Amino acid sequence: MSLSMATPAFLIERNLDRCIHCQVCVRQCANEAHGYDHEEQRVYSDDMRCVNCHRCVVLCPTRALSVRQFPLEFRANANWTAEVIHNIYLQAATGGILLTGMGNDRPYPIYWDHMLINASQVTNPSIDPLREPMELKTFLGRKPEKIVIENGRLKEALPPQLELELPVMFSAMSFGSISLNAMKSLALAAEAEGTYYNTGEGGLHKDLYPLGHRTIVQVASGRFGVHPDYLAAGAAIEIKIGQGAKPGIGGHLPGEKVGREVSETRMIPEGTDALSPAPHHDIYSIEDLRQLIYSLKEATNYSKPVSVKIAAVHNVAAIASGIARAGADIIAIDGYRGGTGATPLRTRDHVGIPIEFALAAVDSRLRDEGIRNQVSLVVAGSIRHSADIVKAVALGADAVYIGSAALIALGCHMCQKCYTGKCNWGIATQDPNLTKRLNPEIGAKRAANLLKAWKHEIKEMLGGMGINALESLRGNRLMLRGIGLTDRELNILGIKAAGE
Amino acid sequence: MVGNDGWARPWELQGNHRREGSKRIPSGCAIAGMINRKGRTMSGVDAIQSIALMHDRSNGLGGGFAAYGIYPEFPEHYAFHLFFDDHKAREQTESFLNQHFNIELGGPIPTRKVVGISGAPLIWRYFAKPKLEQLRVAEMKEDDFVVNMVMFINERLDGAYVFSSGKNMGAFKGVGYPEDIGEFYRLDEYRGYIWTAHGRFPTNTPGWWGGAHPFTLLDLSVVHNGEISSYGANRRFLEMFGYRCTLQTDTEVMTYIFDLLLRRQGLPLETAVKAVAAPFWSTIARMPQAQREVLTAIRTVYSSLLVNGPFSIVLGSSQGIMALNDRVKLRPLVAATKGDLLYVASEESAIREICPKPERVWSPRGGEPVIGMLEDAMPKAVPAPPVTVCHL
Ligand code: SF4
Ligand code: SF4
Repeated sequence: MSLSMATPAFLIERNLDRCIHCQVCVRQCANEAHGYDHEEQRVYSDDMRCVNCHRCVVLCPTRALSVRQFPLEFRANANWTAEVIHNIYLQAATGGILLTGMGNDRPYPIYWDHMLINASQVTNPSIDPLREPMELKTFLGRKPEKIVIENGRLKEALPPQLELELPVMFSAMSFGSISLNAMKSLALAAEAEGTYYNTGEGGLHKDLYPLGHRTIVQVASGRFGVHPDYLAAGAAIEIKIGQGAKPGIGGHLPGEKVGREVSETRMIPEGTDALSPAPHHDIYSIEDLRQLIYSLKEATNYSKPVSVKIAAVHNVAAIASGIARAGADIIAIDGYRGGTGATPLRTRDHVGIPIEFALAAVDSRLRDEGIRNQVSLVVAGSIRHSADIVKAVALGADAVYIGSAALIALGCHMCQKCYTGKCNWGIATQDPNLTKRLNPEIGAKRAANLLKAWKHEIKEMLGGMGINALESLRGNRLMLRGIGLTDRELNILGIKAAGE
Repeated sequence: MVGNDGWARPWELQGNHRREGSKRIPSGCAIAGMINRKGRTMSGVDAIQSIALMHDRSNGLGGGFAAYGIYPEFPEHYAFHLFFDDHKAREQTESFLNQHFNIELGGPIPTRKVVGISGAPLIWRYFAKPKLEQLRVAEMKEDDFVVNMVMFINERLDGAYVFSSGKNMGAFKGVGYPEDIGEFYRLDEYRGYIWTAHGRFPTNTPGWWGGAHPFTLLDLSVVHNGEISSYGANRRFLEMFGYRCTLQTDTEVMTYIFDLLLRRQGLPLETAVKAVAAPFWSTIARMPQAQREVLTAIRTVYSSLLVNGPFSIVLGSSQGIMALNDRVKLRPLVAATKGDLLYVASEESAIREICPKPERVWSPRGGEPVIGMLEDAMPKAVPAPPVTVCHL
């Protein structure tokens, strides 16, 4: 065996003046970066194993620990960076694809941060959300071109809609990729705040059926856990075509994560790898998609909206138009920064386009074709805070999905090691010793708090613009101005430059 | 610059005559409206007097009126009012009109010289009906055909702008204080059963006559006070239905919203009002089920037509007027009745100026429309009594 060229990524620093050798860090670290030497009766650490998830740092009773980048530096080279070199060492040693978790972390421009929001002055009063009503209620689903009223009643009922108290839902994250406690946390938070969470492609655990009315049930290429009761349980059905963290490729849940509960929920044998094919093998064209949409509608008696989720790719506007015409009620678009439990590094970092452009292009295209009202648009792929949401709605989104932000609320520290199954925060793991670290009630409270806080902030910004209902912001791109963008970028986003 | 009589008056050339639409211009304003529900006509004097009292609410950069029932001799003809930059534009437009319409009568709209009004374009009027063969070729209903022609002229024919296109009604507007505009157009000589009026306070000086209120489409007219923060959302929704908001004004958007809901989609006025000034969800939640369903549907389907931000408007049509505030009432609006007359205005004093002893005066709540319809749904203008009703 050749020499391993791996060096540590992180340096664990233990202040020995403070350490009382209580071994909390040893017990907390699933990566075994901390150990205890019984002979010497002291703790030690192995930097090689550290993923910098901060679990030990946060739990150490004496604040003895800190973790930082390992200070080892190569000779300065802007092209052959340390990361590039390390990855080559790794691949040379293993011959494998590089795996990672969470979303694209490359320093591409973040277009949200190149847009600024308007406010009222003099000609138009701003509104104080603490004194005046401020409405965020949002309906997702197909809207007819007009309504007909006869004798004071609706002649025809509206197509099924999801009713959201704020334009934020929890993104698809499957049981398997995250723990049941994490799912429960999100489901309970969705119930508390009047929104929805999404099963991802992992089926619906039996414990979550009582919260079916808050659940968007996903149908993905592996069809894991899809059966009549599952479809009937959800408030809406989402066909997953792709996701932003890995456009064009399927999914892989390693057999180690497929324990009894996951196996039951997914309806696959225990310990087998759960492989989702890259495409749905019954969808090779838009006509096929239409058939699946209508099969699902038939199966649920046209009582639930059907969503189609795609990754933001180059031709997203035309694809979305096709999906709208194929009969989808909601289109969810996931940008290239979207997170995931496991994805090939190169795909994550180099495939897809920013959600800001995808959203602007899709909204404009659907309007040009006069079919924007036929579908609702939900965007995902790194919505980080309430201002991102305000900007997304102004660009044309009906609502957003949050995944990474929701997990961060539950305690995720963005170590990007979700694919290892050793999440020390009890989120991206099925190990019972780890999952019990996340109490679903506390998790639910934290996730709900995040939604509450964002709701207040959205209301503040709306009030500042002199708007008291979110719908008046939807697609209202006059409320945005670009900063540091080229003409072409402004053009695609459909906004003016600051000062114009 | 060419005077209304057709003679060039280069000394009046001032300001730029660029149209509005290249940028968005917010404006504050005064509005007023009145209707005789029996269809009896009154002269324009009251409307002028009422709006003149609110002189300080406008700044001399726009004033206008809409009057209904003023052309009883041509009840079935579309009365086109046009601004022309010059006679070349007029000739070009006339040949276009002649191609598509049978023009019964055409000529300059009579005006008088008024201190304070200058820089008027050519102002002409045509009473016309679409040619049947043209309607056949276009496969359109009369109204749709006329709307298309109006949009075509306004967008494509340089130097021509149609500012009124309804039957037995007309808009009269321009740059100046509204009372001067009324004087200029000799509105004291017209009699109508509905009058609406507007004084404009734009925060910019476009100097273009077409930009004044009322904004009209067929027999729908809107005078408006306010700045709507939902403009971008409203506009982009309307564009899906083929409207092009070339003027970039709130009033234009308001007019198209009502045109879409009332004329094209055939919704009742009350329903359209609920879309534009929707009740809050908390109010809807307390309603009986059938009503709740209707309102939920309105807010769901027409959410992009909710007009957000401060406004008060008076919508005029041949059948009546409707005055409306935004749903939190961020702009003033007062209504009053006396006998068959209904008055609305930005200020109560503007009503008392012409009707000192109204029977009932009230300030409508936000989102609650004041509707005054003709008693006879499809009115014929009733010959007027010799004096205007309300002077005591
Ligand atoms: S948790 Fe802190 S105090 Fe306890 S052994 Fe680890 S470093 Fe020392
Ligand atoms: S979920 Fe867990 S493993 Fe994944 S990034 Fe967050 S802390 Fe790390």
